[in-house]
Amino acid sequence: MDTAYLSTPHAVRETGAEPLVCVRNVSKQFANGTLAVRDVNLSLGTGEFVSLLGPSGCGKSTLLRMIAGLGSPSTGTIDWPSAGEGMEGKTERDLGFVFQDPTLMPWANALANVMLPLVLKHVPKREAQKRAVEMLALVGLKGFEKSYPRELSGGMKMRVSIARALVMRPKILLMDEPFAALDEITRHRLNDDLLSLWWRERFTAVFVTHSVFESVYLSQRIVVMAARPGRVMADLDVSAPYPRDELFRTSPEYAHLCRLASGKLKEAIGA
Amino acid sequence: MSSSSSATSVPHDGTDAEARPLAVAEPSILGLPASFWPRILAPIAVGILVLGLWEFAVRWNEVPAYVLPGPILVGQTLISDWGTLSTSLWVTLRITFMALAAAVVVGVALAVLFNQSKWLEMALLPYAVILQVTPIVAIAPLIIIWAGDINLSLLICAWIVAFFPILSNTILGLNSADHNLINFFQLHGATRWQTLRHLKLPAALPYFLAGLKISGGLALIGAVVAEFVAGTGGSESGLAYRILEAGYQLKIPRVFAALLMISLSGIAIFLATSLISHLLLRRWHESALKREN
Repeated sequence: MDTAYLSTPHAVRETGAEPLVCVRNVSKQFANGTLAVRDVNLSLGTGEFVSLLGPSGCGKSTLLRMIAGLGSPSTGTIDWPSAGEGMEGKTERDLGFVFQDPTLMPWANALANVMLPLVLKHVPKREAQKRAVEMLALVGLKGFEKSYPRELSGGMKMRVSIARALVMRPKILLMDEPFAALDEITRHRLNDDLLSLWWRERFTAVFVTHSVFESVYLSQRIVVMAARPGRVMADLDVSAPYPRDELFRTSPEYAHLCRLASGKLKEAIGA
Repeated sequence: MSSSSSATSVPHDGTDAEARPLAVAEPSILGLPASFWPRILAPIAVGILVLGLWEFAVRWNEVPAYVLPGPILVGQTLISDWGTLSTSLWVTLRITFMALAAAVVVGVALAVLFNQSKWLEMALLPYAVILQVTPIVAIAPLIIIWAGDINLSLLICAWIVAFFPILSNTILGLNSADHNLINFFQLHGATRWQTLRHLKLPAALPYFLAGLKISGGLALIGAVVAEFVAGTGGSESGLAYRILEAGYQLKIPRVFAALLMISLSGIAIFLATSLISHLLLRRWHESALKREN
């Protein structure tokens, strides 16, 4: 089993060369006094796959939303070194966002949902349609263009949501526990498909999760966070090569990495 | 099982597709779904039974027609007086539909304005509520004096009664757009207009249609009640005046015939608005969804 795993081509993605996003000394206090995030420093390298792992209430979603520009930090800064002057703090950045729920427009079919970001940017209809059809095919939904969200299963709706986030070919894809509500089998399939999309499209991925196994399987780096107040406890490297698949999921290395991350998470919860 | 590199472009193995809800085909009778027939036949059976008992009771007790006419006599009157009554029906319906159209335009426009500006909503909504809770019979005489023209005052009265459900439902609908979707629109730099057009208005549609169903009936009631208060005569009078007039002349069968026309109009309006609602929502809204459990 181990040898089979080792025989897959070793491909470690070059990352961290130039940071895409720099989170510096960021704290967030809500109006009701809750300190959601305290003094977080984090640098996201271009092309990296990073998971934010932590118990509920550790501010990982809040941090993700601030990176997206939904809500600004109380103190500290979030910089986009490559964006140039005057770009920070605005929503015009190249980013895709996937919510915990598919968050689709129920009155629009899959195609129209995926076209939405293009329509909002006044991309000509024909081109928008073409790009949306391509994107749907890429997430494995060829032939479902005319289906309405209520005609799709939970996993398929999430695929539409991912297609919609990626249709602008963003530099960074932010995901807020996207697969938490799905069953194990569907989640594994979506994890695999997400990885191959990432491998192909070469975007930076930030993945919020509370699942140790999911974070180890997907990411190159796991940022472990603790709750009340939300803060970064550990920054783990997952050095296993891509592509990752079922063999990796059952390998001793995977088990070892999970134990490591699990230990850090336990420390974070105890802290 | 090396799915990670190949799964994206390959057709599904069915894991997701099998989890889709199935569309269930229902057996149909005479082109209509089987479950549809009891819904038509049951009320018709009850109606025939009640009308039969009514006719029998009137004949058995020899009740004079100026106290209570039997359904057959009412039907005959409806046919013999059709000329006068249909002209009046048209007058009443015209006011009803004009009032409903005005209610839709003003109701939706105000709801959108209120949604865009909390200040406007705070300032104006209480007055809309006052307009709604004031009994129309109490203010109709004033409106008739102020408006001068009788048709215009009837229109205003019917509009006052009809517009509030549309306003309040549409306000609720515009505010009920999914919060994450609003965030998504923000992320993609949507303008206010784009958010309104692509998100808030579609989200408000089911609520607006529920309001429209209520307002359709209310517009008719408003038109009839206002005419009762106005009590106008002449060739341009609606069904309410025909009822008053026939009452004075003790032509009770005609009163019933006119009442019947008003009820049937109300039912027709309800069915029409329900049909519009169904057609607009059937592809996506929960209310139009059929489930097999």
